[in-house]
Formats: sequence, C-alpha cells, structure tokens
Amino acid sequence: MALPYDDDPRFSAYTHPERLVSTDWLARHLGSDGLVVVESDEDVLLYETGHIPGAVKVDWHLDLNDPVTRDYIEGEQFAKLMSSKGISRDTTVVIYGDKNNWWAAYALWVFTLFGHPDVRLLDGGRAKWQAEGREMTTEVPSPTPTDYPVVKRDDGPIRAFKDDVLAFLGGQLVDVRSPQEYTGERTHMPDYPEEGALRGGHIPGAQSIPWARAAAEDGTFKPREELEAIYLQEKGLRADEPVIAYCRIGERSSHTWFVLTHLLGFGDVRNYDGSWTEWGNAVRVPIVKGEGPGEVPAR
Amino acid sequence: MTQAAATDDLPPALGEIVEDFNAVGAQDRLQLLLEFSRNLPPLPERYADHPELLEPVPECQSPIYLLTEVEGSGEDAVVRLHFSAPAEAPTTRGFAGILHEGLDGLTVRDVLAVPNDVYNRLALDEAVSPLRLRGMAGMLARIKRQVREKSAA
Repeated sequence: MALPYDDDPRFSAYTHPERLVSTDWLARHLGSDGLVVVESDEDVLLYETGHIPGAVKVDWHLDLNDPVTRDYIEGEQFAKLMSSKGISRDTTVVIYGDKNNWWAAYALWVFTLFGHPDVRLLDGGRAKWQAEGREMTTEVPSPTPTDYPVVKRDDGPIRAFKDDVLAFLGGQLVDVRSPQEYTGERTHMPDYPEEGALRGGHIPGAQSIPWARAAAEDGTFKPREELEAIYLQEKGLRADEPVIAYCRIGERSSHTWFVLTHLLGFGDVRNYDGSWTEWGNAVRVPIVKGEGPGEVPAR
Repeated sequence: MTQAAATDDLPPALGEIVEDFNAVGAQDRLQLLLEFSRNLPPLPERYADHPELLEPVPECQSPIYLLTEVEGSGEDAVVRLHFSAPAEAPTTRGFAGILHEGLDGLTVRDVLAVPNDVYNRLALDEAVSPLRLRGMAGMLARIKRQVREKSAA
C-alpha cells in the first residue's frame, strides 16, 4: 500500500524519481494511511522545537548507532525502532532534516541497509518546509506499535569498510569533505574538532567533490544536467564503474551516495562510514596531502 | 541521589539545575533542556553589532559564540555571561542557557571553582549522547579562560 510517487516534473530526469518527494506532495499526503514522516537532524532537540505534523523523530546517534561498538544497530533493534515509530515493512517513509538533509540522507542510507522498500527524501528538507511557511507543531504523535519483521542488516552492497577501501585503491573514490580537509590543512570541519583525526589529507586517488555541490541554494538537489556536469563531465566519474564515497563519519557521504545512486543512476556506490575518523587515525594506511588526488601506491 | 549528581561542590543555582535534571525521566530532561534553550537571553544590543568581540566555541556542533564580562578585578569580581546561538541549534542554546542561569552573576572565584566535568551530572548522556555533551565542556573551558584573563587585568 505504498503511496503514489511524486510526479513533479523537477524529478522526472533523475534515475529514481520515486526516491524524492516535494514539499507540495508531502503537504497533500500528510496524514495518509501507509505514510510515516521521519525527522532526522543533527541537533537532537530541533524536532522538539517544532516539526511537520505527525512526524516522528529518529536520531542518528541515539537510535541508529550501536551505543557501544562503532557500528549500526542490528535487525532486532531496527525492528523495535520501526515498531515504536509506527512503521511497517510496507510503509512509505519520507525522511527530512536540517542541514540540507545530511542526517536525513544518512538515516535513509541506514534504512537501506535493512532493505526498507519504500523510503524517500523530502527535497529541500526542513529548511524548505519552514521557508514556505508550512505548518509545524510541537505535538508528539504516539504511534501504534507495528509488527516490523527482524531483517538482517545487509552491509555488502552499499557499505565499505577500511579493508574494502584498501583493496579498492585505484578505483573511483570520492572525498566529499571540505577542500581544507581534503588537502590536509585541517583534520576536521571548523565546527567539529571532537571528531578529529591524527593525520590530515585524503585517500590516494580520491577526487575532491564537496557534498554541497549537489545542493541548490534552497537546499533541494540540483537538476540532473547540473549534477552530470559536476560528477561526470568535470570529475570524469563513470556511472558503470564502482564508487566509494567517504567524508568524516559517513553522514555527508550518505548525501553523495544518494545523489550518485538515486539521482544519477550509478550502479555500484558504497559509503565508507568509517571515513576520515578511521582512515586518519589508522596505522600505516597511505595518505596523500595537497590538492591533487595523488599517486596510488602499488599493492 | 547518585554520586554522579552530587551538588555540594557547585554554586547553588547550578546545583539546583543538576537536581532538576536528575529528578525527571529521560524524555522530560529533553523538555527541560528545551526550556533552557528558549530562556537563553538575547545578546545585549551593545554587542549585537560587534561579532568580533565574541569567541566561537568550535567544540559545539552548531555555531555558538560567547563573551564574558568581569566587573572589577580579582577573585571577588562579578562575572557576566553572554551568548549568541541560532534558534536552529536548540541543544547548543540549551547548554548555554544552563551555564547562563547557573553561573551569571557569580564571583570569579566561584566560576573558576566549577568542576570541568559538571556536564556529566545532568544525566543527559542517554538523551543527548556523550559526543554532543562535549560542546558544553568546551563552553565552560572558554568561559573560565576568559574569566581568568579578564580578572587578572
């Protein structure tokens, strides 16, 4: 009982337009049976200040990460989380959030690890909904628990680990961090020193394509031809070759994973969630400093 | 009351805040933090046009700036705290609100005596995550450094 796709012509050129909904579409379908709207933000309190009516909150730190091991939750915990949010396996889930949907894209990627069939992003996220003066509420819904099945997390197709990246050197690596992080001038984003790394630079051969280049001024995704101009023409990526994207902890690269996979139709894109906080702290992994991708060491 | 939530070494206002956070459940703790976020006083007008006077706190995930004033000199001088943080950063605003209500108007001596790890006593680990709580430690460290510098002058 999935909801109809958004046939907004802005989306039709993307490979998977069914993965996006517009604020208009969401406003029209709010409250429909079979739809659950999820807010996922960097700021854990933002949802409490007001959210889209009926939306539930999923926090990347508290809900999606394992509290002890640096990993995601397992199938049992995901099933429990989904049940508590009123989400069934056939529910259409629309995720939105702050900061150009960083964390929303990250949540969508984690939902994809569990193969949730119908999960979409609200194009433009929380900021666009608010900028359009649409309704917000502080009322927190009390969903009826569902019977969500325990599905084994399937990391293989869309998640890369450090050893995968080492074996992938020479392949299409995309570094989506800021230029200063890429060159090694800085080991962390200006506002995020607590997630720093001992060494600065990038993985040999990685192209620098900061994630925000995919976003328009209003936080929506750029049209397909503009995205192709960046990723295909300017950077020379090939959609039929595998890609691994990384950033600092895997959240900004989830955004790029979404762009490459669902908007541009790349067939094999993995997100290296260990990212620079693992690579930049690991012993004896190759690192390149400076503006160019650098030499890939012989294996 | 648990060991982690001891208050006898804290200034009274801060001690009360710690007690309040420990007296309620996890969901209400978030609401309490939200109240502190809403009650954070705006930056006084005399600073509004002088962002260069404010010190950024990069330990916080969202942008926040702070400024201390020390009225007088020495250990008995009075400390005033000012913060600037956007409404879209309620967690960070909440931490600032706690420090404002807990420390504004105290003497230099009392501010410098606040334990650096006081954020651990708010029982917010599970509601906010330890990583985010480090932002509060960053704010307190910067406040203390400014107070030390300004009271020595």
